[in-house]
Amino acid sequence: MGLLKELFKGLRVTGGTMVRTIAGDELVTTQFPKEHRVKPQRFHGRHVLNRYPDGMEKCIGCELCAGACPAQCIYVRGADNDPDRPTSPGERFGFVYEINMLRCIFCGLCVEACPTEAITMTQLFEISTTNRSDGIYTKETLLMDRNGHVPHMFPDDQLADLDELDSADGWVRATAPSGVAAYEGLKMWRGTPGPGEWEPEPSQEERDRSSRDDRGVDG
Amino acid sequence: MTWPEFWIVLLRVVLTFVLLMVVTIINVWAERKILADMQSRIGPNRAGPFGVLQTVADGLKLFFKESITPRRAELGMYLLAPFLAVIPAFLIFMMVPWGKPFMIGEYEVALQGADLNIGLLFILAMSSLAVYAVVLAGWSSGSKYPLLGGVRATAQAISYEAAMGLAMVAVVMFSATQGDGGTLSLAEIVERQSGTWGDAIPALQPVLQFVPRWNIFPQIVAFVIFFLAIVAETNRAPFDLVEAEQEIVGGFHTEYSGMRFAMFFLAEYVNIFSMSAIAATLFLGGWNGPTFDDALPGFISSILPTVYFLAKTYFIVFLFFWIRATLPRLRYDQLMQLGWKRLIPGALGWLVLSTLVIAYRQFGPPWS
Repeated sequence: MGLLKELFKGLRVTGGTMVRTIAGDELVTTQFPKEHRVKPQRFHGRHVLNRYPDGMEKCIGCELCAGACPAQCIYVRGADNDPDRPTSPGERFGFVYEINMLRCIFCGLCVEACPTEAITMTQLFEISTTNRSDGIYTKETLLMDRNGHVPHMFPDDQLADLDELDSADGWVRATAPSGVAAYEGLKMWRGTPGPGEWEPEPSQEERDRSSRDDRGVDG
Repeated sequence: MTWPEFWIVLLRVVLTFVLLMVVTIINVWAERKILADMQSRIGPNRAGPFGVLQTVADGLKLFFKESITPRRAELGMYLLAPFLAVIPAFLIFMMVPWGKPFMIGEYEVALQGADLNIGLLFILAMSSLAVYAVVLAGWSSGSKYPLLGGVRATAQAISYEAAMGLAMVAVVMFSATQGDGGTLSLAEIVERQSGTWGDAIPALQPVLQFVPRWNIFPQIVAFVIFFLAIVAETNRAPFDLVEAEQEIVGGFHTEYSGMRFAMFFLAEYVNIFSMSAIAATLFLGGWNGPTFDDALPGFISSILPTVYFLAKTYFIVFLFFWIRATLPRLRYDQLMQLGWKRLIPGALGWLVLSTLVIAYRQFGPPWS
């Protein structure tokens, strides 16, 4: 009899789920190409090479990203800046910058390694290609233009959501510098063209307080 | 046999066959859709409205795929097994009456493939034959997992066939008291379930006048045993040890591909529907139901029995799907234990009990 009770308990779970799913309350999957999910701010998507608001490239060609990369998919070669018309502030700039997206594991260690926040990640993940050579992103594809717009490999693609390329520094904002709690609430980064300089995220304490207020519970 | 009679027989068989093919296509889709709902997913929704044509698309795909034959296969048996699976599956449904007989001119057309007077025996025989397909497919594939699946199928079929047969016997014996002598014809068994229990037991007329005269009410235990047995007979979860993907890959159909695999697949779903149809026929009154002859146009009231039949059958088919979505697969010893220690003694006990009750009602107490 105990077994029979358990059986009906189980049937109730599946039956209830079915009713709720048909009513549309409990659907966990979406019609992906038609509907896009809201991704978290710190989503590890396609990379982008940033510029300073004045148009200078942030990359200084130090190759720390290439050294940090566990998949060894980044290839960087630096070159000396022309003193009269510098590409980046400083001595050197990234002359060659390639990421093999077919090898990349999207761990974000390159973002963490970068001393100038030159490389960050966007929320775009629909980057499959029909050709292996298209999987190798060169500086041309990675670098944002002077207005902060990031080029897309296939802008006409049905899946291309160009807005997702605009939130490139969410990861930096959330973790910089080095995720140390002492820096909480301090702005420790430089802006990019386009969005400019982001305000720091509220501290954990503030967020806890505001979420308590939302729920209407006395803090 | 005259020509019109011949055409009518042909019409009956073709109609039944078409019905079976259509509901099978819908069943595969319905199962995927219902399982998806129970798992908070969407399920197939691309081919046709709500994805109904998904099965057709899958069938076409399988039809054009290569049918691989393993080098060590026992060729004759290997090629024969898919047909052995499909043919009994279709023959079983030929016995089931799925609508009220209607008249074309002076000839009566029963909506039933064939009305054998030994219909139930034929069903039992065919469902036993279907096991051969699984066993032979498993053995002739020349591969270890199919062989294991085939051996499991043998044991499972023997265990649950007995319980299924015994549950049927109880119904047949009970049905014999409801009319003029015993019968194994499904059309006759359905006929005896028309009306309400109020007509059958005049003393309780006010209470029972709205209770349909289905066998499930006096034979509820037999229904439960029969249902468990048919789930096991059709190798469905939680009794799908024969194909247990996690342990023995796909069981007996591991080495089959293309059209041959599609035939096993078809046989499985045809079996689910025909077994559910038999359960609906034996216990839920088949196509019986109120037809409102006076209130509705003749066309609708002649269609209604088929609608009732499909509704009852789909209720049981839905139970199949629901249980599949809910229960994990039984272990082998649990399967055997349930079969031999619970279902068969239970069915035997119920048979003895209902025999005693029937005998008492027929002949009075033994001391009289």
